[in-house]
Amino acid sequence: MTELLASGIFWRALVAGLFLALACGLLGVFLVLRKEAMIGHGLSHVAFSGLALGFLLNFMPLAVSLAVCLLGAILILEIREHGSLYGDTALGIISSAGLALGILLVSMKRGFGVELMSFLFGDILAISLGEVWFSAVLALVVVILLRINYHALIFMTFDRETALVSGVRVKQLDRMMVLLTAMTVVLGLKLVGILLVSALLVIPASAALQVAPNFKKTLLSSTLFSFISIISGIFLSYWLDTPAAAMIVFVSLVLFVGTLTGKKKKMSF
Amino acid sequence: MSAEEGVIMTVQEEIIRVKEVSFYYDSIPALEDINLSVVRGDFLAIIGPNGSGKTTLLKLMVGLLKPASGQIFLFGQEIENFRDWHRIGYIQQKAINFDPHFPISVEEVISSSLNSNPKIRNKFKSNQKQRIMDSLATVGLEKLIDRPINTLSGGQQQRVLIARALVTEPEILLLDEPTTGVDLKAQEEFYDLLGRLNREYHLTIVLVTHDFGIVNRHVNKVACLNQKLVYHGQHEEFCSSSVVQEFLKGGHHLVSHRH
Repeated sequence: MTELLASGIFWRALVAGLFLALACGLLGVFLVLRKEAMIGHGLSHVAFSGLALGFLLNFMPLAVSLAVCLLGAILILEIREHGSLYGDTALGIISSAGLALGILLVSMKRGFGVELMSFLFGDILAISLGEVWFSAVLALVVVILLRINYHALIFMTFDRETALVSGVRVKQLDRMMVLLTAMTVVLGLKLVGILLVSALLVIPASAALQVAPNFKKTLLSSTLFSFISIISGIFLSYWLDTPAAAMIVFVSLVLFVGTLTGKKKKMSF
Repeated sequence: MSAEEGVIMTVQEEIIRVKEVSFYYDSIPALEDINLSVVRGDFLAIIGPNGSGKTTLLKLMVGLLKPASGQIFLFGQEIENFRDWHRIGYIQQKAINFDPHFPISVEEVISSSLNSNPKIRNKFKSNQKQRIMDSLATVGLEKLIDRPINTLSGGQQQRVLIARALVTEPEILLLDEPTTGVDLKAQEEFYDLLGRLNREYHLTIVLVTHDFGIVNRHVNKVACLNQKLVYHGQHEEFCSSSVVQEFLKGGHHLVSHRH
């Protein structure tokens, strides 16, 4: 334990993890209530193609992934707006396209299997100092934009039509939410991996929705559940010698099941 | 603003003016050549059978839909240039049929509207809590400020939405079948409240309803719609006109159903 706490690797993982938890905990509540829980999952597939491109070009995979993921997010919005499609069809199309492109790019170069694996399954204990800063900046952008638009987002999520009449810039905020999700997905790639990043956008928020009586406490609970999942997940993975990403998601699942059973006892804090 | 519009605003106090408006869903006409005006202090009921274009007309009036032809003026300004949306309170159809799991308190419902855009936030930034309390007191719900909205009855939820509309001190309220799904007693209380807001607070009200009977004693003007404007005028004249007979033939309800 002392050895763990003395290690720079551990602290880097923890700090980056907490920034991720903050972004996911807050953003997740809005996404779940907007019935966009799967958008993180879809965008993570797009992020995969960005990573593959970065590795192929041998140029800053995370930054390339961020650019590609934002582009994918814009495409989803464009198709949604102009494609006359139902529900999350646009998401399904772009996410498949991202995955297909990623697989193609991976096949074009041999030898980045190990590096790419670390992004597929996450490698929170291999976080560099640069990546900690990257996560801090992205998380800060998410928090600031959600704070500035807090009331408008609540209004439009609760009653979209009336928010429109009140002059809320609903379309711009829709776009902002998709772009913030794209950023958060990229933020989570190295920490929990492509395959599990969407879990942190959905599970803590869903757990919070079971117990919190109002919006503010839902955001607080969701962020708290994210923090607990990340911290406990890292410790458990160290003690049990298991992958951190899987442990983080398991902890969040336990919290979710716990809130489901305690649903009737609403929080009174 | 042209001189003509200025006269409209100051002399006639015309709050809404619908001028030769038509609207189509794809190529199917929903409204044809509608001319209608709402003057300050009016309590106007827009009535008509299902599919007559009542909701469409209300959505055109608040800018949610754009007319295929014709113009709409709000407070003398063309709707495209109108920005003072806090002067308008809107309550949509089935407004209370929101997500029952949505975690939001009564206070948050109202404060989210009060802070929803910079213009409204700056105008009402002082004493926000008191403003929220006052708007809740107007609808008789000040004690429920901290309650999650999904724990209130349908009638109470409806009144919270009125309080949300009132908090930005609007000059007109537009409501679309606001009591759908609310029991009859709560409906009567709700329309009594609207009548009181109209008389005591001089709030102009436009109400879309298919059940004219229950609002009958509160309104002073009636617009009767069936794609075209069949009647638009004073309430008393409407009740004695032949339009009433025509509407009864069409199965339209002029008296409320008591189940």
